[in-house]
Amino acid sequence: MLRYTLTRFLSLCLSLAVASVVIFAAIEVLPGDPASIMLGVNAQPDTLAALRSELGLDQPMVARYFAWVTGLLQGDFGISYTYRTPVAQMIADRLAVSLPLALYALGLTVVIAFPVGIWAASRRGSLGDVSVMGLTQLGVAIPNFWFAMLMVLVFAINLQWFSAGGFAGWDAGLFAVLKSLTLPAVALALPQASILARVMRSALLDTLSEDFIRTARAKGLSRRQALWRHALRNALIPVLTIIGMQFSFLLAGGIIIENVFYLPGLGRLIFQAISARDLVVVESVVMLLVFAVILVNFLVELAYAAVDPRLRAR
Amino acid sequence: MSLAEETSATSMALKNRNLLLGGALTLVFLGAALISFLWVPYDVTQMDIANKIKGPSAAHWLGTDHYGRDILAMIMVGARTSIAVAVVAVGIGMLVGVPLGLWAAARRGSLLDEVIMRGNDLVFAFPSLVIAVMITAAFGPSATNAIIAIGIFNIPVFARITRSGALTLWSRDFILAARVAGKGAARISFEHILPNVLNLLIVQGTIQFSLGILAEAGLSYVGLGAQPPTPSWGRMLADSQTFISFAPHMALFPGLAILLTVLGLNLMGDGLRDIFDPKLRRGRT
Amino acid sequence: MKSKISAAALAVALAAGPALAQDGLTVGLQLEPPHMDPTSAAAGAIDQVVYANVFEGLTRFGSDGSVNPGLASSWDISEDGLTYTFHLVEGVKFHDGTDFEATDVVFSLDRARGEDSVNAQKALFAGIESVEAVDPATVKVTLSAPDGLFLFKMAWGDAVIVAPESIEDIKTAPVGTGAFTFGNWVQGDSITLQNNADYWGEPAMLDSATFKFISDPTAAFAAMMAGDVDVFVAFPAPENLPQFDADPRYNVLIGNTEGETILAMNNAREPFSNKLVREAVAHAINRQDIIDGAMFGYGTPIGTFFAPHNPDYVDLTGLSDYDPEKAKALLEEAGVALPLKVKMTLPPPSYARRGGEIVAAQLRAVGIEPEIENVEWAQWLENTFRNAHDYDLTIISHTEPMDISSLANPDYYTGYDNPAFAEVIEKVGVESDPEVRSELLGQAQTMLAEDYVAGFLFELPLHTVAKTGVEGLWVNMPTQATDLTAVHWAK
Repeated sequence: MLRYTLTRFLSLCLSLAVASVVIFAAIEVLPGDPASIMLGVNAQPDTLAALRSELGLDQPMVARYFAWVTGLLQGDFGISYTYRTPVAQMIADRLAVSLPLALYALGLTVVIAFPVGIWAASRRGSLGDVSVMGLTQLGVAIPNFWFAMLMVLVFAINLQWFSAGGFAGWDAGLFAVLKSLTLPAVALALPQASILARVMRSALLDTLSEDFIRTARAKGLSRRQALWRHALRNALIPVLTIIGMQFSFLLAGGIIIENVFYLPGLGRLIFQAISARDLVVVESVVMLLVFAVILVNFLVELAYAAVDPRLRAR
Repeated sequence: MSLAEETSATSMALKNRNLLLGGALTLVFLGAALISFLWVPYDVTQMDIANKIKGPSAAHWLGTDHYGRDILAMIMVGARTSIAVAVVAVGIGMLVGVPLGLWAAARRGSLLDEVIMRGNDLVFAFPSLVIAVMITAAFGPSATNAIIAIGIFNIPVFARITRSGALTLWSRDFILAARVAGKGAARISFEHILPNVLNLLIVQGTIQFSLGILAEAGLSYVGLGAQPPTPSWGRMLADSQTFISFAPHMALFPGLAILLTVLGLNLMGDGLRDIFDPKLRRGRT
Repeated sequence: MKSKISAAALAVALAAGPALAQDGLTVGLQLEPPHMDPTSAAAGAIDQVVYANVFEGLTRFGSDGSVNPGLASSWDISEDGLTYTFHLVEGVKFHDGTDFEATDVVFSLDRARGEDSVNAQKALFAGIESVEAVDPATVKVTLSAPDGLFLFKMAWGDAVIVAPESIEDIKTAPVGTGAFTFGNWVQGDSITLQNNADYWGEPAMLDSATFKFISDPTAAFAAMMAGDVDVFVAFPAPENLPQFDADPRYNVLIGNTEGETILAMNNAREPFSNKLVREAVAHAINRQDIIDGAMFGYGTPIGTFFAPHNPDYVDLTGLSDYDPEKAKALLEEAGVALPLKVKMTLPPPSYARRGGEIVAAQLRAVGIEPEIENVEWAQWLENTFRNAHDYDLTIISHTEPMDISSLANPDYYTGYDNPAFAEVIEKVGVESDPEVRSELLGQAQTMLAEDYVAGFLFELPLHTVAKTGVEGLWVNMPTQATDLTAVHWAK
């Protein structure tokens, strides 16, 4: 196990190193000079040169790469070109929106998907099952930004129950936060809940058809009892895997929804930073997201290996 | 007939209905795209500012947009964009991903396998939309760059599914026989493994196709897909946003087009899976 | 003594009454400023927040574009027009409590024109020979040549007065002399300003003002409708204005900006180096359709590069009337092969994106096929505007006041090289007789229109949507600013 962990860990480090090179290189080819964007239309060449050297943009590429990576390793994410504030602080501020949003959406996903999936599995083939599964098909197929637009029209503009967008900030209290995060969370959660409900249902049905359940049922256990006592626990493994994937998706994948609701989250930060050529911010945020995903994968692998020794041999 | 058999019969019919309904929806939009090459109700590049933002009428079945263009015609031609982007993106994913998956499976356990699979993980680790935004920021927004951005993320999907499908096959007797007959790994991969994972690939292809349509809509919605005057569903939605409170038809119809196409493809994928996937069939009987 | 206390108590009670909820104002803006220093970036978004509110200059713009006294209460100009003696307002303090004195003016102007200055409008200060503090309340500025526009230049946001004591942190914690102090900045969301209780002039009527940044037009509409913002300056979706207008909860203010919106053609390269092709484009464009389709009817057609509300404006729209047949004939005369394929680069604002789509459709009707490329500001500035001038067509609104002179520079992105025009512009710069000036400006405008330097589309209007009861807003935008010093809620 130790050896396995060690090789996995080395592989994790290697992945991160490759990712950092890829990200840095990709950002180097972005056209557009940050200095000229900051100074705008009428800036003069000498002014531009002064700013470029202030930002360190006149250094060679390799030097800038190593400066960036050493900084990251020490927890120093650099200073934003445009906002002139530490990137780490900016990321922390944005995470205060994105993280609760992702958790809220994930919570909704689970709260919707579990009962729906279990209910449908227990009534497999019934009219209820068919209609609920039909609805989840719609949920998977609906473009979430379109769904968000429709919700804004109905719940924010017409009924005025929720904010049309923006984030009141944590100082405004939990109620205000819920008011601004509910619609985006629902928009994000709907497709995910549909997917998870389907996974839940089919995982349950899979386990229900396994031999040990058949034996249990032959011994007189009702289908419903079999489902609750045995199948559910076994079905949780694929379900939890999906939930893990969904969390990293929700954290990074909210760009479009954050734009619809103009939430000051990580996704919108990346969008703004790319259009303002705030390269330090882009690099660091993308790297952070990649790190999060790779780390989650690493932990999941370790967990699996701990459970199932066969995997270690691979 | 026992209760179990009866429910399985119902669900079989239901699955077939999936395939039928999905196939029908897919055909409608495929048909609309094909017909648009020969005939459209109005020229989609022609603007008619005087007749802008009109609701559905006899002259314009689905109404007109903010430039007075016919929305039905826009949706028909937009189907072309969506389908083309998704097809090519899936094609890229298959062309690169399938051989990688076969190769990794043929050299399972080797360093090469490890490198390929870690590479896949790495691609998966990148937030796809962010990368799409970066690609279009670097090379300019266009349908081509949308295809590349979507296609890249299809590669690991196909590589993985091919590898896992192929791995189970490599231990089968008929492969063993082929090896004994002296066939090389490459030949076995293409002659014996590939035909046997084709079902998997078709099902996955259908699903990736529908994801591709959604992804294209999302990219166009944020302005990174096909550029005007080429109509695209996502951009139609983006354009319609400020009109939604007084001209909801502009947002409704393109949104429905995306929803129904994706739904059709998903249903079809489910139906196909049920037909192809032996495990599920076993589970039913 | 007792009565004094009760009066104070009464005042507190009044303030705590229904007015309390309305002592603040939330203003929606499209663009978030990158930082808070108006003297080191061209970002209009910075001025939009801090101009007149946080920072003040020697002179300042009024809503009608007039140049009024600011931190200089008066000035004397020498006979030869070379020396300006500014008499400063006394007793002014910066927000950090330091005194505002002549040395601060010297510091600010020297910093703006100095060797390592990063001022985006360095040209404003190019004519200054020297700046000296005569005494704490008097500053003498000497110019190298007479400049009729000097006081106008000193009113720009790039010429505001900053203090050496607080310059270090100006980007994140701006310290000025204005009626509002900088409060709090939630990046990506909003900036809050607080009323400056120690303001030297007429104090602002709002206790605080919050600028909320909403770039998306739909979100702007939704935020206004949902009541999240009280005022939206430069509302980005003209199609929603009739709804606001019809709604008793809102007022719509329609005013002018200095934004000449043009279809710029690259005069320096094929095919638009050929005047006949440019003339053809000018006749292929249907301005009214563009104004109706892109701006929903808001916008005044222009026929040259000059603001129509300026008294010196000459209406030359007749020179480029909509006549597709003439356009086709001109293209034939020019001998270009049809269809003529060109590239149209469009920056983000909706007037450009929508206007571009409509212009492209109109050009296709006469045989010119523009390929549209939507770009971010970054790429537009870099590739189109600044370095390479790598474009054929683009649409842009030039919002600086009196910017006709920029076309005199052959290296400008328009690539218009006409020495005769440059000569006229040079004369305008040193002419102080208003009548001769007007005459010269008329000449300049006519030259541009007759040379079909660009497709002149319309003057960008300023749409401000405000909740009913908000008063004192600028209707026009003579410079990029949201002057809140006189804004208040109706009692």
